[in-house]
Amino acid sequence: MTDQTPHIGPVRRLLVRLGDIDRRWIYLSMALAVAIPMLTGLSFPETPGKMSSATFDAIESVPAGAKVLFSFDYDPASEGELQPMANAFVHHCAARGHKMAFMALWPLGKQMAEATIDSILLANHPQYRYGEDYVQLGYMPGFETVIKGLTTNFASQYPLDVRGTPIGNIPLMSDVKTLQDFDLIVTVSAGYAGAKEWVQYAKSTYPDAYVLAAGSTGVQANQLFPYYPTQMEGLLAAVKGAAEYETLVAAAYPPPAHPERLEEGRRRMGPQFVAHLLMIGLIVLGNASMFAARGMKGGRR
Amino acid sequence: MFKRGIPIAILSLTGTLLVAAHFSPMTQSWGEVVLNWFSVVAAITAILGAGNLLLVNLEKISSRRPGWAYSAITIAAFAAMLVFGFLKIGAVPNPQNPTVYFAGDYETRESAYGWMYEYVMSPLTATMFALLAFYVASAAFRAFRAKNIEANILLVTAFIILLARTYAAELLTGWVPKDSAFFFVRLDAMSTGVIEHVATAGMRAITIGIALGALATSLRFMLGIDKSYLPRS
Repeated sequence: MTDQTPHIGPVRRLLVRLGDIDRRWIYLSMALAVAIPMLTGLSFPETPGKMSSATFDAIESVPAGAKVLFSFDYDPASEGELQPMANAFVHHCAARGHKMAFMALWPLGKQMAEATIDSILLANHPQYRYGEDYVQLGYMPGFETVIKGLTTNFASQYPLDVRGTPIGNIPLMSDVKTLQDFDLIVTVSAGYAGAKEWVQYAKSTYPDAYVLAAGSTGVQANQLFPYYPTQMEGLLAAVKGAAEYETLVAAAYPPPAHPERLEEGRRRMGPQFVAHLLMIGLIVLGNASMFAARGMKGGRR
Repeated sequence: MFKRGIPIAILSLTGTLLVAAHFSPMTQSWGEVVLNWFSVVAAITAILGAGNLLLVNLEKISSRRPGWAYSAITIAAFAAMLVFGFLKIGAVPNPQNPTVYFAGDYETRESAYGWMYEYVMSPLTATMFALLAFYVASAAFRAFRAKNIEANILLVTAFIILLARTYAAELLTGWVPKDSAFFFVRLDAMSTGVIEHVATAGMRAITIGIALGALATSLRFMLGIDKSYLPRS
């Protein structure tokens, strides 16, 4: 190409050549952009935004010791983005003395909840007793029909907990007849079935029965913005939302043990910062190369 | 007549019941029955799905089609998880019934099923998702080009959001006071503006459009006007 265009300057020639860069160099630069900040522990202070503050306030608005239903609607693919939110939600609720029931609309959500209970709830709040302060209900297939069923008859969807105990015999659940007996619903969601279905089948039907807060992935957040703040009092979007919410929770309720487990969102902001700058750099470079090649014989248009 | 009439009748009945159950407390229990039917049908379709997975992959292996080795791995993994799950290999005894083997929990890390989840499935799915970062970077470099006005608007929006979702927003425009007349040049303010006034408005329109479309399609199904879900013969 360069032999056919002898009158172009060295910078333009370089830009044109960079347009044909092997994609493996891009992969390598992305790997370094993520790995170096992770290894060096690069992190930044977070200033909580409007949505994160609203989410914090929504959970604060529920009286201490209230009943909370957690729905873990994600799997390991979204763990990197959503687990920091789940950690912060559970710690916040435990610090407020809420009673928690854990369920999942995703097959692997049960394992996500199990990990959160072990690493956050029991590690930081050892006073929590199974059956009295928290209960694990596990995964229930059926997507939105499970939510719909919970609003009319809770036991029809969850007759037993994961240990095989009838929920009527569990002190925490003995007076729960329907979903409306909970004060707060928290869903950490990666897609269908998740936050959107909780709005459509639970919150829309009983708008005053409970407060609904959600944590979602960045790609799903756009679908949820229309529901905030009327049908969804709190919404955390992507790692940024998790980091901001973590900042608020850690400041109000410093974790008594393992504080590093409540810094996962903020730790991820360092790699995200460098990776986003790299993305912008690549887009600018790609466009510069396109403009440099314009008008050249065989150049890209 | 029966082949098409009965499915349409079932669909119309269940649809009408669910709509009625939403509005009338009297029919709420009927709606619960219909939801239970859904659970039963969903369980049966899971069996059909597993059978279909076996058929498709076994056919691929027997005919030695390209990529048949992947099918063999799929079937081996499927069979292993099935055996680990059904036989509860290494299950932790249930404290309430410690002597009953099949009362044990097979999903803990100590069991074979839980071990496979923890050390095989979980890292694999996380890895697959993490690979997106590399493909997105490569795609952005090659395809995100300012070729027309629409692409330029998209580019500017992408830059605002990419910068605003990191500390770069604070570094670049954090010095502009939040109560000043130039507050709008702050990247976080621009990002909030894009989300609240553009993305939300657009998404709201799409959501309402989808809802109306779903309503119209459901009515067509329930009234037997649209029969496209039935076999032609």
